[in-house]
Amino acid sequence: MSQTKRVVIEPVTRVEGHGKVSLLLDENNKVKQARFHVVEFRGFERFIQGRPYWEVPVLVQRLCGICPVSHHLAAAKAMDKIVGVDKLTPTAEKMRRLMHYGQMFQSHALHFFHLCSPDLLFGFDADPAIRNVIGVALKYPDLAVQGVMMRKYGQEIIRATAGKKIHGTGAIPGGINKNLSIAERDEFLKDIKQMYDWSKSALKIAKDYTVQNLEKLTPFASFDSSHLSLIREDGAMDLYHGNLRAIDSQGKKIFDQVDYSKYLDYIVEEVKPWSYMKFPFIKQVGPQDGWYRVGPLARLNTCDFIDTPLAEEARKEFMAVTNGKPNNITMAYHWARMIELLHSIEKINDLLNDKDLQGNDLVVKGQKRYEGVGLIEAPRGTLFHHYKIDENDQITMANLIVSTTNNNEAFNRSVQKVAADHIDGVAKITEGLLNHIEVAIRAYDPCLSCATHAMGKMPLKVTLYDYQGNEIDNKTKE
Amino acid sequence: MTAEIKKILFIGFGNPSRGDDGLGPAIAERLENENFPGVTVDADYQLTVEDSENAAKHDIVIFADASVNCDEPFSFKPLAARQSESFTSHSVEPAEVIGLAEKLFNSKAKPFMLEIRGYNFEMFEEDLTEKAKKNLEKAWDFLKELLKKQNFNIVACA
Repeated sequence: MSQTKRVVIEPVTRVEGHGKVSLLLDENNKVKQARFHVVEFRGFERFIQGRPYWEVPVLVQRLCGICPVSHHLAAAKAMDKIVGVDKLTPTAEKMRRLMHYGQMFQSHALHFFHLCSPDLLFGFDADPAIRNVIGVALKYPDLAVQGVMMRKYGQEIIRATAGKKIHGTGAIPGGINKNLSIAERDEFLKDIKQMYDWSKSALKIAKDYTVQNLEKLTPFASFDSSHLSLIREDGAMDLYHGNLRAIDSQGKKIFDQVDYSKYLDYIVEEVKPWSYMKFPFIKQVGPQDGWYRVGPLARLNTCDFIDTPLAEEARKEFMAVTNGKPNNITMAYHWARMIELLHSIEKINDLLNDKDLQGNDLVVKGQKRYEGVGLIEAPRGTLFHHYKIDENDQITMANLIVSTTNNNEAFNRSVQKVAADHIDGVAKITEGLLNHIEVAIRAYDPCLSCATHAMGKMPLKVTLYDYQGNEIDNKTKE
Repeated sequence: MTAEIKKILFIGFGNPSRGDDGLGPAIAERLENENFPGVTVDADYQLTVEDSENAAKHDIVIFADASVNCDEPFSFKPLAARQSESFTSHSVEPAEVIGLAEKLFNSKAKPFMLEIRGYNFEMFEEDLTEKAKKNLEKAWDFLKELLKKQNFNIVACA
């Protein structure tokens, strides 16, 4: 009998929340199986039942301490439908968009400067003692400060549009609860040029890195895949609203301009016994090949153009690398993310100069409905919220497909690819080799769950199993 | 001549939907309602890197969080900056916030950690446990006295 052992790395460092990677090795250290496990809670969908619908946009923010705005807005969009509103006032929609682009800006900036840049600036195999954000701070202090200040800028926009960090109430069913004052607007405009400059500089780092290392990066954790995102009616990238478009790895449309309220006709969520997280796939393609990727790479691939000039110029350069065909290079997520960073600050600038943000017509009312679906392009990809209510206005059903769930199969493919390419046959699993897996997963910027973070409750656990599944060793790092 | 009031930043963090994990935001909410002079209060689900820039603008920084293993009912200690070798996520630990504040923003702030003992951290439990509520009361009494007297020459207190 061939002997196998399982190496479990838990959690993956520098990604959101907790996850673990298990590599099933045989006696020759050949990778037999590679899986990325996510402990995702499904409890929210039960917890929310019985709550009045108007509480939902506030309650859902507690799902994730990292991207509460995405859940807040997706839920609010679903609740717009519940209160019978199909079109918001210009002030309400633009305030929500400003909130969303603020979220996109801060999230992408933080991921780039503080999570992935150590890998890009020092190399995958560099000493972990320097390959971290403090290493960046020591060698590239300006970059580290830029990351903090860009993050802060985005967070301040969220504060001005959504209210408090905990229990933010900006978006409400049918609209928004405040506009943007002139004083708030001017405060943001004061720093906008600096944010433009830093965004362009970050984009250049990501682009140059990808282009200069294209030969190495092209096969790294990469594979052909379908891509899915929201898309505007004219084919433009739209991170706040649109219809669903899915394309295959060659760019052929699988479906296009699908009203997202009908998502269940197009997307199926498969359950697998070894993972808490579901595996969504495109119904018409089937469970075997119907999986897809979401997030910045997918959005660059699915859109026909970007409606802001600097990001559009960058998109053309990006697409030229693959001669206009979809880019399936996993590490190109970073370049795509920085194009979206620049797009976000362009959008923020446009919105800040729009007088509709000072309007007072904030909420629309309509005829109550009993079901609502809300989708948004969160920083990490397409986020689905779906609710039903009863005659007492209480939630009776909730279904969420979070961005990271949409990328579930892609994570496993990337781990499998990296494991096969980089770890196969190596007797000792070094930190550098393990980091190749982490680098691949980090490219997606996954948010693995809302981790409780109480002091003393986040150990790093490494577990080793034998071929019969018996635990033979484990190490815990506090 | 009156002593100069110190600029104090108080950050309570945790998720109110995870039972006793909400102790940090709960004590921050109380403090916010008291309007102590010189005290800026913040509350969030998790700490993030921009907290380092804010920390650097203050003389004293107090982080408040639930703890699964601190002494009952609470502990209050000076915090040492940590130059972390890796971050696990977009969120950072208090010592890492201070490490970044010192490294990136030349912070001179004196940091402290207020840990309040919690017991239940289940998801979607909105209420604090009875024991955690009692611990919160004791921590609150301590905090009020501390901010009134402004004596931060403390080694440790529980």
